[in-house]
Amino acid sequence: MEQLDQWLAALLDGNVIFTPQTLGYYWTGLVTTAQLVFLSLLIGLVLAVPLAILRGSKHRWIKLPVYFYTYVFRGTPLLVQLYIIYYGVVFVDGIQQSMFWPILKEAFYPALIAFTLNTAAYTTEIFHGAIKATSRGEIEAARAYGMSQGLMMRRIILPSAFRRALPAYGNEVIFMLHASAIASVVTLMDITGAARFVYARYYAPFEAFIFAAAIYLCLTFMILYLFRYLEKRLLAHLKPLSGN
Amino acid sequence: MRPIHLFLAAGLAASLFTGVTQARDDDDIRLGVDVPYEPFMFRTPDGELTGFEIELGNAVCDYLEANCTWVEQDWDGIIPGLLARKYDAILSSMSITEERAQQVLFSEPYYTTPSAWITANDRDIDIEDRDSLEGLVVGVQRATLQDNYVTELYGDVLEIRRYTSADDVVTDLRAGRLDLTFMDYPVAESSIAIDTKGSDFQRISGFIKEPEHIFGQGVGVAFRKRDRELAERFNEALAALKEDGTYDALMEKYFNYDIKL
Repeated sequence: MEQLDQWLAALLDGNVIFTPQTLGYYWTGLVTTAQLVFLSLLIGLVLAVPLAILRGSKHRWIKLPVYFYTYVFRGTPLLVQLYIIYYGVVFVDGIQQSMFWPILKEAFYPALIAFTLNTAAYTTEIFHGAIKATSRGEIEAARAYGMSQGLMMRRIILPSAFRRALPAYGNEVIFMLHASAIASVVTLMDITGAARFVYARYYAPFEAFIFAAAIYLCLTFMILYLFRYLEKRLLAHLKPLSGN
Repeated sequence: MRPIHLFLAAGLAASLFTGVTQARDDDDIRLGVDVPYEPFMFRTPDGELTGFEIELGNAVCDYLEANCTWVEQDWDGIIPGLLARKYDAILSSMSITEERAQQVLFSEPYYTTPSAWITANDRDIDIEDRDSLEGLVVGVQRATLQDNYVTELYGDVLEIRRYTSADDVVTDLRAGRLDLTFMDYPVAESSIAIDTKGSDFQRISGFIKEPEHIFGQGVGVAFRKRDRELAERFNEALAALKEDGTYDALMEKYFNYDIKL
């Protein structure tokens, strides 16, 4: 650790902006961004699967509320949603005495709630589309085997839908990472928040934001490779046979 | 189609040229300002721009017989906006600091205001007792002197949250998300009516103007470094207005404490 410190100090010697302290801010920012994006995607995914199934229901009173939810959250900017959930709730009567206040008081959880609801809405629509596109042949074959509705969903429709949804979902993950850049408006010190801090301190917008952009770029590449690997594994049966 | 295109191109070219000539004309001065910051600059209910600095700026322009327009710009982009020639001077309560002076040229200072620590009425916080501050949450507006002060002197004890605007700080102070805030006194006066009877908040420190390496020498007009001549003209005008009573009249109109430098 000490060696690393020395190496870093030597590397940064004479650099006014990128001191160990500002790099520390960027590191905290990276951790915050990673936590925020990972957790919101995870919870969003868990919410989206049942919602996508309900969204395809035949019953109007099941289908419509879910549609309304995805319509509202896809139809409004994430920044506005975040403002409402962070600053707006303060003006709800009695909220500060309620059991939810300890959660809403922090900056992290309102941001997490906004991001989760937003990504869940998009993911619901992605999965819904994929479920709807299941070929009739697969469903008929499952019926012919005498599968119940639930069993068919679990064994046939969902696995095949997930595979089809994978490329679109990969895009949603990257969009979510980029959308998380607005977290600093509610005082969270994410990567962009760290960049804004450095910018405000040294009036050096180029250095501050290009460094932040480079971090986002690295994260995007990691996500890209993860999804490429997953697609290679899970969609292997759809690839054309190779020559040899 | 073709004549319309030509017409459009001609119009565009014409507007470009007028833009250039306007910017070159000495008697057209564009002043950058971040609104609102009561009582220095704010809008009246019918939308008119007014306040101490607006009126002072207009008085300077009258003295210089220049034609001034106000350009609104958010605080954290106000220096880049000046350097990008969106306006020719910043007259927006900008305190003179060394870091800023590397980027811009300042006039002589024309006023200074104190800052103060503020908390809710029902809170009992002793700002002198550092140990008791451990873990409290303080809100400041990002990239202000108050931000620098708290970051440098209290960064190790207080948890600092940085906001885009002073309104957001007040919202979260009211909400109870913040334990205290370190605020520019005029902002506290206008946004939460500090030191008046009906206020929900109390001042828990004196008026803080030190140390100078953070609070600087006071507030100055900022220019691009090469516009030395314009800065000289402003200095001359400000000195004259301080002399002939215009400055004092404006100060009395807006403040009940002395801000003159």
